[in-house]
Amino acid sequence: MIETLRGKVAISGIGNTKRWNAPGRTPFDQLQEAAILALEDCGLGLKDVDGLYCAVSSSGLPVLNVAERLGLNVRHADGTMVGGASFLFHIQSAVSALVTGQCDVALICYGSNQLSAGGKLVSMPDPQPYEAPYKPRYPISSYALAAARHMHAYGTTRANLADVALSARAWANLNPDAFARGPLSRDEILASRMVSDPLTKADCCLVTDGGAALVLTRAERARDLKSEPVYILGTGVAVSHRQIASMPDLTTTAAVQSGQRAYAMAGLGPDDVDHVMVYDAFTITTLMLLEDLGFCAKGEGGAFVSSGAIAPGGSLPVNTNGGGLSCNHPGMYGLFTIVEAVEQLRGTAGARQTPGAEIALAHANGGVLSSQATAILGSAGAL
Amino acid sequence: MSADARFDGPGPDAVWQAALAEGRFLIQSCRACGSHRFPPGLVCTQCGSAELVFVEASGRGVVYSTTTVREREGSYDVSLVELDEGPRVMSRVEGLPAEAVVIGMRVRARIVDEAEPVLVFDPEGAS
Repeated sequence: MIETLRGKVAISGIGNTKRWNAPGRTPFDQLQEAAILALEDCGLGLKDVDGLYCAVSSSGLPVLNVAERLGLNVRHADGTMVGGASFLFHIQSAVSALVTGQCDVALICYGSNQLSAGGKLVSMPDPQPYEAPYKPRYPISSYALAAARHMHAYGTTRANLADVALSARAWANLNPDAFARGPLSRDEILASRMVSDPLTKADCCLVTDGGAALVLTRAERARDLKSEPVYILGTGVAVSHRQIASMPDLTTTAAVQSGQRAYAMAGLGPDDVDHVMVYDAFTITTLMLLEDLGFCAKGEGGAFVSSGAIAPGGSLPVNTNGGGLSCNHPGMYGLFTIVEAVEQLRGTAGARQTPGAEIALAHANGGVLSSQATAILGSAGAL
Repeated sequence: MSADARFDGPGPDAVWQAALAEGRFLIQSCRACGSHRFPPGLVCTQCGSAELVFVEASGRGVVYSTTTVREREGSYDVSLVELDEGPRVMSRVEGLPAEAVVIGMRVRARIVDEAEPVLVFDPEGAS
């Protein structure tokens, strides 16, 4: 049943504000601009939108706020909030709604002013009374605990983690729209200020503003629209815990499950994938997700990234925009993994283009390795 | 009132907190499958039954993972302790520098009074 959804829905339009430091703009300003850009990209208008999917860190009622601002009359909506992976959960929801006719044009959108509003992570109130007395830095200490356990279990080193950041910067240097560009050495990363052992400031993603949006339609309609469609071949989601103490195994995420679900729907495996985007909130995240999605064996992520495999010129192009570590990270980054994958499949990624990319995998993580969502996308050649 | 009597009385978080204030560390045990859960809840996350009872925790466990949080005012430990009963708890290992806490270290629970009672751990064998 699930495999019959393969290729039935396409991403028709993408929007990216590329305003990483934009004082005077609210999260909803960024979101609205991205929505306008995504609709213009495919030649549709706001009056065509009848499905709305959004989540923001600054509001518990995102669908109401966005529908009012954009003047939308929606007949399907989903404001699922599972952190940075929310938007890939929204994609799965929108695919079902489009295929069953519950909507015809789905708008998925996000905006943030995390940097210009003060540089602090804006989080929805979500008290954790069994963690609070111990004052973990949220969310980095949770990721640090996972990194420490991965090092203990598999001999992963801080140099391996540094090589993730190094690779991200090398890709960012090929992307004129990346926020953090310029030379960066492994020694500089290793000498960066320790925040929560073993993670330093250089192991952490950027803090930026930004907005992104997607327009999804059924595939047959997508073929008549302005931009080249990118087809949704597979999706999968999974959740495993809220607090890091409740994560079943700190070295393995629920991306194993979300990945298997997406591969099954697409009828593909890791060897078929030309281009990869994984949510790199921290260097350890990239490493663990590459293992869990089957691009290397469990425990071999460190050796894999330090071999140069994911850097420009390597065997597997990963996070080619520069990722959350060097391109942008406006609070919740998930949607930007899709935007870059679409650019690559359209062949519009300039100096960082993966030659002949037909199949891309985009994966987002949310909370503290808590929610995982995978999308496998393809150009017309992949259908 | 026709509420289900099985769920009468204070909720599991309140029961746990009240016991901690009396110097007792409780966890829940499942009557159906025998596994334990923490933090407290209404169902067994292993088998799905709602037949949980509070029992005294052994208070013994092992450091599953650990991080030193670096703040301007000083560094401190945040650890995950895997209890001998199975569940993991976030806590702090005391009695040694934060950097000296290592994965695999045997630890034992103690309740300290801060703004409210807090569960911490000491290395096994420490006086």
